[in-house]
Amino acid sequence: VLFQIMELCGATRLGYFGRSQFYIALKLVAVAQSGLPLRVESLNTVKDLPLPRFVVSKNEQESRHTALYSSDADNPASYSGVIPPPPGRIQVKKGSVSHDAVQQRTSTDQQESTSPVVSPQQSPPTSPHTWRKHNRHPSGGNNERPLAGPGPFWAPFSEAQPGSSTSSDPIWSGHSPPPHQENWVSFADTPPTSALLAMHPASVQDQTTVRTVASATTTNEIRRQSSSYDDPWKITDEQRQYYVNQFKTIQPDLNGFIPGSAAKEFFTKSKLPILELSHIWELSDFDKDGALTLDEFCAAFHLVVARKNGYDLPEKLPESLMPKLIDLEDSTEVGEQTGEVGYSSSPAEAPPSKSPSMPSLNQTWPELNQSSEQWETFSERSSSSQTLTQFDSNIAPADPDTAIVHPVPIRMTPSKIHMQEMELKRTGSDHANPTSPLLVKPPDLPEENKMSSSVKFTAGNTVTDGYSSSDSYTSDPEQIGSTVTRQRSHSGTSPDNTAPPPPPPRPHPSHSRSSSLDMNRSFSVTPGQQQAGVVAYPPAVPPRPQPSQGAGPHVHRPVDAEGLIAHTSTSPQQIPEQPNFADFSQFEAFAVSGVNKEEEDEIETHSEVLQVEKPSDSASSLRVAKADGRAEDKAPANVPTSAGKGTTPLAPPPKPIRRRLKSEDELRPEAEEHTQKTGVIAAVLASQPSIPRSVGKDKKAIQASIRRNKETNTVLARLNSELQQQLK
Amino acid sequence: VLVSVICSSPQNYPLYIRSIPTENELKFHYTVHTSLDVVDEKISAMGKALVDQRELYLGLLYPTEDYKVYGYVTNSKVKFVMVVDSSNTALRDNEIRSMFRKLHNSYTDIMCNPFYNPGDRIHSRAFDNMVNSMMVQVC
Repeated sequence: VLFQIMELCGATRLGYFGRSQFYIALKLVAVAQSGLPLRVESLNTVKDLPLPRFVVSKNEQESRHTALYSSDADNPASYSGVIPPPPGRIQVKKGSVSHDAVQQRTSTDQQESTSPVVSPQQSPPTSPHTWRKHNRHPSGGNNERPLAGPGPFWAPFSEAQPGSSTSSDPIWSGHSPPPHQENWVSFADTPPTSALLAMHPASVQDQTTVRTVASATTTNEIRRQSSSYDDPWKITDEQRQYYVNQFKTIQPDLNGFIPGSAAKEFFTKSKLPILELSHIWELSDFDKDGALTLDEFCAAFHLVVARKNGYDLPEKLPESLMPKLIDLEDSTEVGEQTGEVGYSSSPAEAPPSKSPSMPSLNQTWPELNQSSEQWETFSERSSSSQTLTQFDSNIAPADPDTAIVHPVPIRMTPSKIHMQEMELKRTGSDHANPTSPLLVKPPDLPEENKMSSSVKFTAGNTVTDGYSSSDSYTSDPEQIGSTVTRQRSHSGTSPDNTAPPPPPPRPHPSHSRSSSLDMNRSFSVTPGQQQAGVVAYPPAVPPRPQPSQGAGPHVHRPVDAEGLIAHTSTSPQQIPEQPNFADFSQFEAFAVSGVNKEEEDEIETHSEVLQVEKPSDSASSLRVAKADGRAEDKAPANVPTSAGKGTTPLAPPPKPIRRRLKSEDELRPEAEEHTQKTGVIAAVLASQPSIPRSVGKDKKAIQASIRRNKETNTVLARLNSELQQQLK
Repeated sequence: VLVSVICSSPQNYPLYIRSIPTENELKFHYTVHTSLDVVDEKISAMGKALVDQRELYLGLLYPTEDYKVYGYVTNSKVKFVMVVDSSNTALRDNEIRSMFRKLHNSYTDIMCNPFYNPGDRIHSRAFDNMVNSMMVQVC
């Protein structure tokens, strides 16, 4: 059993008993002693965890005590030094009084279990301790605690307890339905006072017991504090309920957003300095849309509470606070994470907890094969996705993961290409054949760029304003977008978790592999959720699912065409492009030619698109030149397409269709320019981030997509000129 | 290679300045300030779309330092000026553009923060991190 415990707490992984491992081990001991199955989940799910009974030498007490205290370092300094048990207990009582107390109590119980664990004398007190807590709970916060509980042990403390309890009780009773914020604030005030009061009687007691109890207190305090801070950042249920109520006062719709101005007023009331509020906002506004969803709001509120209690704001959003899907709220914390120290243990805990969540996510993936507009946010917030994954499996934040929380500049070129390749391979479609070689080639020709971008679009990935083909895809995933982003984050972090100390940069490339998985998970988990902010991966993933979607996305397309005039025009292009893919599969044997075909088609469509978007003579001339350089069969297709360029957007779509059919049938001889084009396409693909549209965050997404489109346009224009010269 | 970055408001006062500490920062501040004049000149010259991802190659190449100054202006006349050490000739135009894009994205994120008043100095840690990463990456 002990070995089981050790394994579960990750000590074996670390090779030693770290602080967090120790706490976990203690909890597991309690679980084992209570006869429950030893699992990591049992730590969180078992609320009424009895205190483990240990017979340990006093030396261990000391070590554990110091360990507890060192973990205390994360907590406010008010708890530094020996914290007499009575205050801790009292505070525990308070916690139980002011909150539902079940969680508090159990958490404190668990914490206390760590401290009593050490002392042999603790065995009797542990049960009375628990019992006392139970008694306190029913008493509903009265000052009379059954302090004279079993065991002479507590007798000395009973004196201190009533005294301190009386002092702290009134404070607490006054806060019975208090805003959690105030609770925590006053809470922070009472411990120091009660600690002082309890110090005197505590000194009377045996030193070890005092210390152990003090350590229990500290652990209780830690636990309590940590329980208010998600271990230390987790949100308890009561807190969350309170936050939700506050959210409702501002925004009745729980699925809606709180506008920035309203949120600003609300949080200004907390009297924190503006700079800190600004930082809290940066941390909690996950999708950077200027508005707070319910989860974002809860995270922000939680951070405000933490800050008011003296906790420093983290540099990155803790994983527990990552905006998660409401569906996943019931996930319990995995293991104990006392302060940020618990990060080391999180990887160990992550795998077990992740495994159950991942399969479910994987299952949902096949259902949702749509890229969402979230891709745009993905590219901008690759890190957040990872945190979402963590959040999904409710794993305590690990340092590498939390480090990823903050939005990281998109690493467009390498990761996207990689991701696209991964996507292609994963889907196993034949598209991968044509596209992967595309990705490999160096960019040379503007047409190739167009083609690559168009390929990407057909693959269903990039959604740029300038490229309507992608737009059709982006519109579809509107609902899925958030889920996709979330899932990507989920999957992103999960691979990280599996590797215990994953270096922060690593998850990024690894995401490319799991990106498709992430998408699956995100889709399954967050159907229609509006957590658009979670952008995990570069947009490479979307291309894959989009082609499969085909008709579906087009339906949604009209929805999100904000300022994307060419959307409708491109959607028909999308449709023809889809059959292309199907055809390509047939022509897989002619990978090169297939690529060429695709390129030609893409070039056509792209050039048409470009024509629609930005009439560029170079492109048209280039196309004409292309037509000259191409096979004759292409020329007729090119001519009509070029003719149709300047006319209506709808004109091009039918032409490409015709062209494609032709090219499919006839296109065989491929000049090297096709390969060049593939290279260009690859370059364009690299430079062209898929721009998902965040659901509900269209403005920012569109702005970003506009930026990207413009950038791509300039690149393509440059390539156009190059190709032009080349053809001359 | 990226030596300094400055973000200046439409009124041409700096919202954010970051330089590699080892350098003589004052010199770069002066250079950046003078480059603002060139930026304004270019803005007025462009009749049409004021927002362009165009780089502003100033050619202020001091014979000794040999660095280039690039500029970028947003829709709201917020200017980003970047000083790059010319020793790294591999820094292509595209890379400069991508760096400016990142800057612009980060600036947009700051704008989304309701606690940020346009015209304030930028204290955002996220922005700092992004700029640091860019400087480290480029260097």
